[in-house]
Amino acid sequence: MTPHIKTRLLAAAAMFGVAMAPATASAVDLEFYFPVAVGGDAAGIIQRLTDTYMEENPGVNINAIYTGSYADTTTRAITAARGGNPPQLAILLSTDMFALIDEDIILAWDDFVTDEEQESWIGGFYDSFMANSQTGGQTWGIPFQRSTPVMYYNKEAFAEAGLDPETPPATWDELVEMGRQLTVRDASGNVSQWGVRIPSSGFPSWLFTGLVASNGQDGLANNEGTQVMFDTPEVVEALEYLVSLATEHEIMAPGILDWGATPRAFLDGESAIAWTTTGNLTNIRSNATFDFGVAMLPANVRRGAPTGGGNFYLFDGSSEEQLQAAVDFVKWATAPDKAASWSIDTGYVAPRPDTWDTDEMRAYAEEVPGALVARDQLEYAVAELSTYEGPRITQIMNDAIAAAIIGDKTPAQAMADAQREADAVLAAYR
Amino acid sequence: MRREWIHAGLLLAPALVLLFAFTHLPAIQTVIDSFWSTPRGRRPSAFVGLANYERLLADPIFIRAMINNAIYAAITIPVSIALALAMALFVQRRIAGRGFLRMAYFTPTVLPLIAVANIWLFFFLPGFGLLEQLRGFLGLSPRNWIGTPDTALYAIMTVTIWNQAGFFMIFYLAALQTIPESLREAAAIEGTPRWVFFRRVLWPLLMPTTLFLSVNATINAFRMVDHVFVMTQGGPNNASMLLLYYIYEQGFRYWDTAYAATLTVVMVALLALIGIGQFFLMDRRVHYK
Repeated sequence: MTPHIKTRLLAAAAMFGVAMAPATASAVDLEFYFPVAVGGDAAGIIQRLTDTYMEENPGVNINAIYTGSYADTTTRAITAARGGNPPQLAILLSTDMFALIDEDIILAWDDFVTDEEQESWIGGFYDSFMANSQTGGQTWGIPFQRSTPVMYYNKEAFAEAGLDPETPPATWDELVEMGRQLTVRDASGNVSQWGVRIPSSGFPSWLFTGLVASNGQDGLANNEGTQVMFDTPEVVEALEYLVSLATEHEIMAPGILDWGATPRAFLDGESAIAWTTTGNLTNIRSNATFDFGVAMLPANVRRGAPTGGGNFYLFDGSSEEQLQAAVDFVKWATAPDKAASWSIDTGYVAPRPDTWDTDEMRAYAEEVPGALVARDQLEYAVAELSTYEGPRITQIMNDAIAAAIIGDKTPAQAMADAQREADAVLAAYR
Repeated sequence: MRREWIHAGLLLAPALVLLFAFTHLPAIQTVIDSFWSTPRGRRPSAFVGLANYERLLADPIFIRAMINNAIYAAITIPVSIALALAMALFVQRRIAGRGFLRMAYFTPTVLPLIAVANIWLFFFLPGFGLLEQLRGFLGLSPRNWIGTPDTALYAIMTVTIWNQAGFFMIFYLAALQTIPESLREAAAIEGTPRWVFFRRVLWPLLMPTTLFLSVNATINAFRMVDHVFVMTQGGPNNASMLLLYYIYEQGFRYWDTAYAATLTVVMVALLALIGIGQFFLMDRRVHYK
């Protein structure tokens, strides 16, 4: 090599070295998958949340990636983890916990928090939300966009039907009675307004858990995720009630009712009462042209409701630095002030009691008393259906409920078959 | 001589590598996977022989999916082809607005299926969907097209036919252009009725295109399940469950990869059989120039 070329090579190497040096002391990159399961601009709000965090913490770069529905997000997260390229954080269903543990791709949060934080941060969430977030003495998910279903009712429709607009149905029998008065039929017998709408497409097991809880059973599975209770008398009765709303009492449209279209159906006056997630509260509040109310799900033996929604999960396979940065971001995002604005902007339930004490939440609760319904309902909330091979077990239950609603099977037969199929799947995990 | 072989090998290598990597290797891997159990994070896979196939034959949802796919294919293939041919014959003549009509017929194909499936979902919704409003004008009884097991599969089929008929029309249009005008003139001179001309002249000459389209439509009948994700998710109670959607559900929602591999082997074998069968069946009838 001539001296001329040698000098040039050395100079190039030196410049290369200088250029690389700052890169090593640079920002921590985090990838964060999030789903959107409600109407409104949840994606924009998440984006603003991460932007604010990045402004306050210049050493961290968070790439918030919208990944579709909960099911899509779970698929993508597991696919990415299996492909060796997992995100650091993802918001997935709280019920995915067992599936993710079984796949061996998530980490317990306990290893990343101090003892004091364990008590004040992790211990500061509502117990009913932690029911689907902890197992085996460890915390696997941090509640973020949690919800319970509530009953939205059209006060104007109530008044027109001669009912008191401030008294929503509080029991199963009252729902049937009021539903009869609220169902408006025209001269040819076609219904222009249904009394009640309980959607049954996609994942009817969620709302169904509420019916089961209000009939006295604490959910559909045990805490270890290895046993399901599908064919108990309480569950069969709850399913018979759900089916009778359309077939016997004719206060609900027959067949499977679409989940995604329910807010629109309620806002268009297609039904006077609609059961859907509290996450739709802001959407309904912004678009309602009539006075509406929010109430707890009606009781039978007692009040009951499922919890639902998504938790933050921490994924294995990233550097210590990234994981710590991810934990810090989640701590920041679940702090009372951030959780309060998130809850107000979307309608999700703030998962910590201290969030409800902030000035923002107090003012919001005064303006929108409906927001308090979801919080107050937490007292009666039970865990959502969550087991090993969760998606398959949930689908067995969903198919069974659908079969009963469309009349392919009697409720008792549907639940007996579901129990048998679920037992066959879960046998491997006991 | 050896140098030529080396050159040939090198030139073929890129295409062969891609073909093997993305088609043959995954196919072989899938067949192998169907004889092993599903690995989970904590439990590695074990050799189970034909256990997955036994499970397949005993699975009522698989039987349901196969029946649904058979009905789906039996209806969408002939209807799409017939509709495409009718549309092509219609827009081939010199009529006003021919260009606009052709564009209108072809538009469903270029629109992304997921997006239009969402719009169709609203068409079908009971209570306030478009079909319900039209039904109101005509005074017919209300129907929950997507939420009732009897009609869910037909709703899916409607979207499929709507989507692919325009695409098939293009091929028929091209084929019609190649038919010499002298044949039509000769028929006109002899006073042949339009229907006889179609049956005796046009249809046989269009057979190559029809064969091609029927193979395409068969593949589509198994491949096009995008709208199922959006509209019915296989429901209600598996009334609109299709094989490819079932494979996705088993493989990517339940992560039961071994069973999904087994289902895939069945589907690929079926498609191969049908494809070869169609060629043999129609080969005698196809009149190539």
